[in-house]
Amino acid sequence: MSTTLLVLLILVAFGTIIFQLSKANDYIAILKGADQANDESDNVNGKLFFLFLIVFFVFIAWTTYDSWHKMVLTASSVHGRWIDLNFNINMLFTGVVFVLTHILLFYFAFKYRGKKGKVAYYYPENNKLEMWWTIVPAVVLTILIVFGLYNWFRITGPAPEDSHIVELTGKQFNWMVRYPGKDGVLGKREFKLIDETNGLGINFSDPNSRDDFMANEIHFEVGKPVVLKIGSRDVIHSVGMPHFRVKMDAVPGIPTTFWLIPTETTDEMREKTGNPDFVYELACDNICGKGHSAMRMVVVVDSHEQYMKWLRKQKSFYDTQIKGTDLESKFALNTVNTPESGSQNKSLNP
Amino acid sequence: MSEVHTHPHHVNEEQLTPYDSVHFQDAQGEIHEPEHHHEHEDNFITKYIFSQDHKMIAKQFLVTAIFWAMVGGLLSVLFRLQIGFPDTSFPILTSIFGSHWVPNGKMTPDFYNMLITMHGTIMVFFVLTAGLSGTFANFLIPLQLGARDMASPVLNMLSYWFFFAAGVVMFISFFLPSGASGVGWTAYPPLSAIKEAAVGAEQGADFWLMSMALFIISSLLGGLNYITTIMNLRTKGMSMLRMPLTIWAILFASVLGLLSFPVLLGAAILLIFDRTLGTSFYLHDIYISGIGQMEHSGGSAILYQHLFWFLGHPEVYIVILPAFGIVSEIMATNSRKPIFGYRAMVLSLNAICVLALLVWAHHMFVSGMNPLVGSVFVFLTLLIAIPSSVKVFNWIATLWRGNLHFTPAMMFCVGFVSLFISGGLTGIFLGNSTIDIEVHDTYFVIAHFHLVMGVAAFFGMFAGVYHWFPKMFGRHMSTTMGYIHFWITMIGSYCIFWPQHYMGMSGMPRRYFTNEAFQTFNQYVGMNEFITISAAIVFLTQLMFVFNFFHSMFYGRKVTEKNPWRSTTLEWTTEIHPGHGNWDGPLPEVHRWPYDYSKDGEDFIPQTEPIRPGETVHG
Repeated sequence: MSTTLLVLLILVAFGTIIFQLSKANDYIAILKGADQANDESDNVNGKLFFLFLIVFFVFIAWTTYDSWHKMVLTASSVHGRWIDLNFNINMLFTGVVFVLTHILLFYFAFKYRGKKGKVAYYYPENNKLEMWWTIVPAVVLTILIVFGLYNWFRITGPAPEDSHIVELTGKQFNWMVRYPGKDGVLGKREFKLIDETNGLGINFSDPNSRDDFMANEIHFEVGKPVVLKIGSRDVIHSVGMPHFRVKMDAVPGIPTTFWLIPTETTDEMREKTGNPDFVYELACDNICGKGHSAMRMVVVVDSHEQYMKWLRKQKSFYDTQIKGTDLESKFALNTVNTPESGSQNKSLNP
Repeated sequence: MSEVHTHPHHVNEEQLTPYDSVHFQDAQGEIHEPEHHHEHEDNFITKYIFSQDHKMIAKQFLVTAIFWAMVGGLLSVLFRLQIGFPDTSFPILTSIFGSHWVPNGKMTPDFYNMLITMHGTIMVFFVLTAGLSGTFANFLIPLQLGARDMASPVLNMLSYWFFFAAGVVMFISFFLPSGASGVGWTAYPPLSAIKEAAVGAEQGADFWLMSMALFIISSLLGGLNYITTIMNLRTKGMSMLRMPLTIWAILFASVLGLLSFPVLLGAAILLIFDRTLGTSFYLHDIYISGIGQMEHSGGSAILYQHLFWFLGHPEVYIVILPAFGIVSEIMATNSRKPIFGYRAMVLSLNAICVLALLVWAHHMFVSGMNPLVGSVFVFLTLLIAIPSSVKVFNWIATLWRGNLHFTPAMMFCVGFVSLFISGGLTGIFLGNSTIDIEVHDTYFVIAHFHLVMGVAAFFGMFAGVYHWFPKMFGRHMSTTMGYIHFWITMIGSYCIFWPQHYMGMSGMPRRYFTNEAFQTFNQYVGMNEFITISAAIVFLTQLMFVFNFFHSMFYGRKVTEKNPWRSTTLEWTTEIHPGHGNWDGPLPEVHRWPYDYSKDGEDFIPQTEPIRPGETVHG
C-alpha cells in the first residue's frame, strides 16, 4: 500500500513539474511574440520529425533483430511454404512503400518546416499524378491478388485421395483427437449420444467406429497428406498450428476441414533449431472462455517408422472405454450396412 | 425537455426548424434577421444538460468520450499488467477489485476476458465512434456549412442522451455480481449466447447487448441528422464541391453508419432472443460440460458473424473517415497550402464508403466459409487499398513545398499519416486470404488495427481537439503540453504496437490470458514487459492531455482574435464565443472553395471573399 502511495506521489510531483514547466514555456512564447515563438517551435519540431525518422528505422531494425529467431519464419508444411512466399512478396512491395512514404513524409516535415516570410507553393492538384498513383497501386494489388488467390485455391482445394484423416474436436477447454483406426474410416457420431464417457457421441453401433482411437497427442507422418476434420462441441474454437500455417475455426454444428503435408519431423526440427525440447504446438485461436489460453496440444511429426510404431501402440476407444461397461449393451453392432459405410469396412465385419 | 419547448423567450425554437433555416439561406439579406437571437435566457438545464445547441451537444459528446477513453485506457493498462508481468502479484488490484476477481493480487482469466472485452467495446463504440463523429460532426457541420444549427436539434439532443444511457447501462454492468461482458467485443455466439459457457456470458452480456441497442439508436439519430443537415442546410454559395473535406468525410461516415448499424441491431436482437427466449438463430447441437445437451437446434453460428461484420467492418471506416477529414483540413491550414487533389480526396472517400460495405467477410476467411466466397472478398478488400493510398499520397503532396506550421494539431496530423501507412500496409497482408491463414487472430491483427484505426483515429481526434478548442471554449490549450503529449504518444504507440507484428508472426493468439503454456509464444517475455511499460507511460501521458483539456477550459490563454489559425473556413467567421444560432448577423455567403491558401501571394482567402476580377477559380 505504501509503495502505491509513493508511486502516486511521484506521479503527481512529476505531473506538477511538467505542468509548471509547460506554463513557463507558454509564457515565454507569449513574451517572445507569436511570430518568433512559432518559428522556433516549427524549427524544433521539424528537426525532431527528421530525428524521429532515423530513430524509427533504428527501432524497427532493433526489434526485427531481437525477434528474428523467435518468429516462425519457415513453415514446416508444403502449403506453408506457399504462404511464406506469398508473405515475402507482400513484404517486398509493402516494405518499399513503407520506407519511401515514411522518408517523404518526415523529410518533407523537416524540409518545409515553417518560417516567417516563407510562402507556400499554391499547388492544388495534378490529375496526371493522381492517375499514376491510382494506377501503380492498382497494378501492384492485382499482382498480389492473383498470386494470393492462386495459392488460396490450391490450399483450400480437395485433399489427395490417400490422405490420412485426423478428427479434431474442440471443447471447453481441450481438444479431442480421434483417428479412424485401421479401416481408415471414422465411425459416425450423434449429438444425442454425447455424455461424460463418450465425449464425442460416437455411435458404436457403426462398425467403422470400433477401431477408432483417441489420442492425447496429435501425430502426423512426415511427407504424407493429412486431412483435419474440425469441429466443436460447445463454443467456437479455432485450430491454430503456427509452424504448419494451419488455421481453421472449429464451429459447433458446422464441420470444417483443412489439409496439409508436414515436411519436417519433430526430430529434424530439434536439430534445426538447436532446441532439444522443441515441439510443434496446437493452440486455440478463438476466444472460448476462461481456459482459452490453456487449450494447448502437442503435435508430433514422425518419420514413417516412428508413425507406424506409434499407431501400433494405440488402443481402440471402444475396447478400452465401452467394452465391458454398461454402455456396451446400448451399442449393438449394426450389421445391416448402410451403403456409405458398407464398402469400406470389410475387414471388421464378421 | 418540455421546459425548452414552453420557454417564452426561446424564440430560437421557431427559427431552428429546418424549413425556416432553408428559408433563411434562400432569402438571405432580404429577410430581417431577428436580433439578439442568441441572447435568449437559458437556464442551467437547457444550456448545459438538455441543450439543443449543436456546439454544446458536441462538447457533451467530447467530454463523455474523454471519460470513456480514460476508462478504456485504464482497462488496457490493467490487462497489459497481466500479459507483461504474469508472475507478479499486484495486491493493490485486490484491494480495488476484491478477491473474487483478483485473488492474492493475481487476476483471474474471467476478469481478464472482461477487461479486454470492455476495452474493445468502449474504445470502438463509445470513444472512436461517438467521441469522434459525435463531437466533430455536431460541432463542424453547422459551423462549416453556415447553418444556425442541425436540421433537428431535438433529435440531436436525443442522440446524445441515448449515447449517455448506453454508457450508463454499460457502466452499471461493471458492478454486476457476475461482472461485465467477457466474451470479446465481437460477442460471437455460442460463447455469448449461452450463459453457462462463461462467467462473462452471464448478466454482463445482457447489459452489453442492451447498451449496444441504445448506442445504435443514438448513432442512427445522429447520422440521420448529419446527412439531412449537410444536404439541406448549406448556406448560400456552399455547393457540395465547396464543402471542407471534414464535412465530406462525416457525410460518408454517416451514410455508412445509417446503412450498417441497423444490421448490428438485428444481430443483437436475435442474440437476445437466443439468450432469453430459447430460440436458435445462432445455435446448433451444443453440449456444455457439466450441463449436458442444450436444446437449441438448427441455427448457424456463422450467420452472426456475417451480420456482425456487416456493421463491424464499415464501423472501422465510420471511425476513420472523420479522422481523414479532420487531418485533411488541419493539414491544409497549417501547411498554408490547398489540400492536394481535393476532388481525388472526395472521390476516394466515396470509393472507400462504397467498398467498406462490401468487404465484411474478410474477417471470416478461416471460419469455414466457402473459399470461393472468400476469394471475392479478397478482391474487394484489396481494392480499398487503392483509394487509401491515393489519400496518403495526397497528404504527403500537401506537405510538399508548404510552409509547415507545427501546432500540436498539425503534429498529430503528420503522426496520423505515419500510423495510417504502417497499419494500412499490414491490411494488405490480412486482406489476402492466403496470408490471413497464418496471421488471423494473432497479435499481427492487433498491431494492424490498433495502428490503422485505433491510434490513428485517436490522433485525428487529438488533432481536432487541439485545433478547434479555441472555437469550442474561447481559450487555447497549452501548446507545450501539446508537444509533450504528441511526442510521447507517437513514440509510445509504436513501442506498444510495432513489436506485436513479430509476435503475430510467431502465431501468438489474441486474447490470451497467459502465454506460459506455449513454447512458441512464451519467447516474448521481455518484449511483453517493454510493451506494458510503454502502455502505462502512454496512458499517463493521456492523463496529462485530459488535465490540459480541462485546465485550459477554465484557465487557458484567452483567444483574442476570431481566426487564430488564419483559416479559410466559415467557423472562424463567428464571434469568439458564438451563441446559439452561430452568427449574430445574417448567415455568411460562400464564394469559393475552402482551400485558398497562399494563392496569388495572399496567405489565405476566406470562403466568404468574392472571387476577384481575373482570379482563376478553383472549386
